[in-house]
This record gives sequence, C-alpha cells and structure tokens, in this order.
Amino acid sequence: MKYGYYPGCSLEKNAASYDMSAKAVARPLGIEFQELQDWNCCGASEYISINRVAAYSLVARNLSLAETQLEKGTDLVAPCSLCFLNLTKADQYMQEDAPLSAKVNTALNAGGMHYDPGSIHTRHLMHIITEDIGLDEVAARVIRPLTGLRVAAYYGCLIVRPGFQSKFDNFEYPTSLDRLMKVCGAQVVDFPLRAHCCGGHMTQISQPVALELIRRLLENAAEYKADVIVTLCPMCQLNLDVYQADVNKYFKTNYNIPVLYFTQLMGLAFGLSAQELGIGKEFIDPRPALAKIGVEVPPPEEPKPKKPSKEELPMPRMPEES
Amino acid sequence: MAIATTQARAPTFFDRVVAATPGDPHLEMCIQCGTCGGSCPSGPDMDHTPRALFAMINAGMIEKVLSSNTPWYCVACYYCMVRCPQQIHITDIMYTLKRMSIQEGLYQKGSAPEAPGFSQTFIDYVENYGRSFELGLATRYHLSYHPLDMMKMAPMGIGMLRKGRMDLTPKKIKGMDQLKSILAKAKELEAKL
Repeated sequence: MKYGYYPGCSLEKNAASYDMSAKAVARPLGIEFQELQDWNCCGASEYISINRVAAYSLVARNLSLAETQLEKGTDLVAPCSLCFLNLTKADQYMQEDAPLSAKVNTALNAGGMHYDPGSIHTRHLMHIITEDIGLDEVAARVIRPLTGLRVAAYYGCLIVRPGFQSKFDNFEYPTSLDRLMKVCGAQVVDFPLRAHCCGGHMTQISQPVALELIRRLLENAAEYKADVIVTLCPMCQLNLDVYQADVNKYFKTNYNIPVLYFTQLMGLAFGLSAQELGIGKEFIDPRPALAKIGVEVPPPEEPKPKKPSKEELPMPRMPEES
Repeated sequence: MAIATTQARAPTFFDRVVAATPGDPHLEMCIQCGTCGGSCPSGPDMDHTPRALFAMINAGMIEKVLSSNTPWYCVACYYCMVRCPQQIHITDIMYTLKRMSIQEGLYQKGSAPEAPGFSQTFIDYVENYGRSFELGLATRYHLSYHPLDMMKMAPMGIGMLRKGRMDLTPKKIKGMDQLKSILAKAKELEAKL
C-alpha cells in the first residue's frame, strides 16, 4: 500500500529513531512511503499562538504539496501526533470556515499554490498499521515475540483527541496500542494515565507544571511495574525520556524507565536488529529491559576524540585518559 | 412596513473572541458547569479555569482575561474540548486569547509574561528556514528569558548532541522564497481581521 509521508521536523533529528524504525517496519508490512518533497514545519503549537492566518497557511502549503505530488486518493501519513493534529485541523477548519479558507488560499496564491479543503486525508502512522494493515498481518510477521516484557502503552493526547477528521479509538481510554503490543507478544500492563498529557512544550514555559505531569506518568508506569513505556509521539518520548532525570532531581525520585517508540518494539518482534531501529539514542538506557527478551544492544558509541587539524587554531586540550 | 428591531452595535469583546476563532467555537453555549477546569491537567496552576474565563469574556473583562496566565498554561491536550457537554472549542479559544493578548500587549501584565517569547522564537526559525531548529530555539529563548538557568540546562543540551538528537545548524527548505511570500501575504490578511 502506498502513502504520502510527512516526517515533520522532530523525525529528522531528535526522533530520528522513530523515522528509522517506522520505515524498517513498513517494508515487511508492504507499506510504501512517498515523502513529500520540500515540506515545511507544521508550526507545532507555536505559530497558532501568534498568527492565525499565517499558521493555517503554513500547514496548507504542506497540504497543497501533497495535493500536487501524490496520486489522487493517496492518504498522507504523519508519524508525529502534533503534525497529524495540525494537518487534520487545518483541513477541517478550512472546510468549515469559508472566509478563513479564502484567506489561506489568497496567501498560498502569493506563492503560486492552492489547496482545495477536504482533498487530503491525513492519518497517523498508528492508524494505518491498525486499520489498513491490521493486527493479523502484524502477528504473522512476529518471529521474536516480546515474551515477558512488561509494556505500558502510552497514547498521549493528540492521536485520540479531538479527532478533527475522523475519530480513532476511545478518547479517554484507548486500547489499540495495547492490542498491537499484545500481538507482538508483550505483556501489556494496565496504565490508567495512558491518554494523559506529557506536558508538551510546558517544559520550556513552566518547568514545575511540566515536571509534575511527567512525574504522574512515570509513577503510574512504575506502579504497574512496566519495564518500558511505549509511545507513538516524539514530544511524549522526549518529555518522558530526556526529562526523567530532571523529574528525579526535582521530586527526589529514582525512576529509571526506558521510553521507546512502538515501531521499535514492533521491529524487534519482527526480528530486526536494535541498530536498524535506531535503539541507543535514548537518555534512559533500554538495555536491561531489552535483555529480558534476549535483545542485545551494543553499548553506546563514545564520540572519538578529535585529532588536531592543521587548519584549526591551536586550542588547549585535556590529556587523553588511558 | 417592518421596523428594524435590532440596531448595529460595536462588536463586544465576546464577539471579537468568537470572530477570531476558526469555525464556530460555540462559546455562547457555555453553561458554567466546570467540566473543563476539572479535566485540565494544569488547572491548579492557572489564574482562572476556562469556565471562569468564559464568564469573564461574557462580562467584557478584557484586561483581566487577556492578562490571565490561563491560555499560556493550556497544554493543548484537548481533554476539556472532548468532555465539554456543549461542544465548545475550548482549546481553540485559548489560542485565540493568546493571540489577542499579544496584539494588545496585555500578557506582560499577567503572571506568565515570558510565555509568548517561546512561541515567537520558535516561529522565527520557521519563518527563516521553513523548519524548526531546536538548538537555536533552546539557546536563544533561554538566553533571552532565563540566562541564569542556562548552566543547569547545558548537560541536557550536550546529551542531545552526543546522542545525535540535535543538529548544530538549521536545515533550510528549497522553497523558502515561496514560503516567505505566503506568510507575508497571510500576515497582511490577518491584520485586516
């Protein structure tokens, strides 16, 4: 099956392992991605806070690219929940609000572009795997079941709420990721805060607010003795993984729960190697958890000391450790 | 001959909020039930719950509403919006209030005076490169607003670089001129609202 692919800024670098693992599991499932040429940022939750018409036009440029580049009827896939939200939201409000749509198209026209609202259906990567491919197809490719791995399935907000173009799962207590992890052989633990917020960009605006939201999620996963939290959004992964040390410092806790993308665990179940799935870029080391299912991850590479170059100015250096 | 029973009047604050929100936000439907505040993960840190803010919008309390930290502490999780029995587009209204508070300069009087700086720094990179740029965003925003905290954040930044999770230079899209023309036109149209 062929889809348009909108990776979004996070998947280029900070969530590169999500991009790698998404592509790695797509191949055996028969999913073909056509990446949009010259896509731009979706504006995250920032542009809309400053300027409405510009925020919608920024997203609409991507929708217009999709309309021109993709064969008619091809769905666009966004693996990031916030990109998914922005693309569907812009399309939905352009359909509902004719004056807004006219303004956005006037702006697009200044760049020689146009978008007909309703022509591109954007879906999250999780949607196409569970709805188009189906759990039976996933199960058929499992050769190394994740037996004994206790997984907390974390959905976050925007894949289930508010459902601008189509509703997916339950917006308070979704279960699709639980089922997907079960067919991969994992022992899915209960995780009542599964669809609660990770704090989003609040880590930058008010750390105490964000750290409390992250703490609740970590506490909940620890209560149910999860070995790993599995996520489907780069923002959720970043907040739970990278800020876990800050939570521990702020609340004097000692959580140590690795956070992986659902595509990484799927890939392991499909027999792919940890390297192919980008495992090793996490702040919280997932190796002890993955050892439970017999997956060995090579130790993280230490950056090699730079050799002095002749073009470079002489700089003081620390003596090399023996 | 029919006599006109309504007179044209200047738009109220309430009308302006509704007009600046995409689609129909159903703001007039609020029954003051408080489901929104009860569902809000950052509610305890807000100056006013969404419910209270909506009553204040109705009462025309422009300055108090636009200097409240509530829209800036909204994490946009959409819990309130899906639970609202009146289908009010609460999250979208919060974005409208952020924009209005910047336009009127009132956020500075409130308890979250630095919050718009993050959004502004973020979009500066998008407007110049077409993509976001985390290293630039983090250093420029925190240097401008929390310079004393920079040292505390350094280990995380170094960790992100070492794990290969952050670029040292921003990426630029090819159609930058096109995007700039689109955004310039969009801003001109926004000003006419």
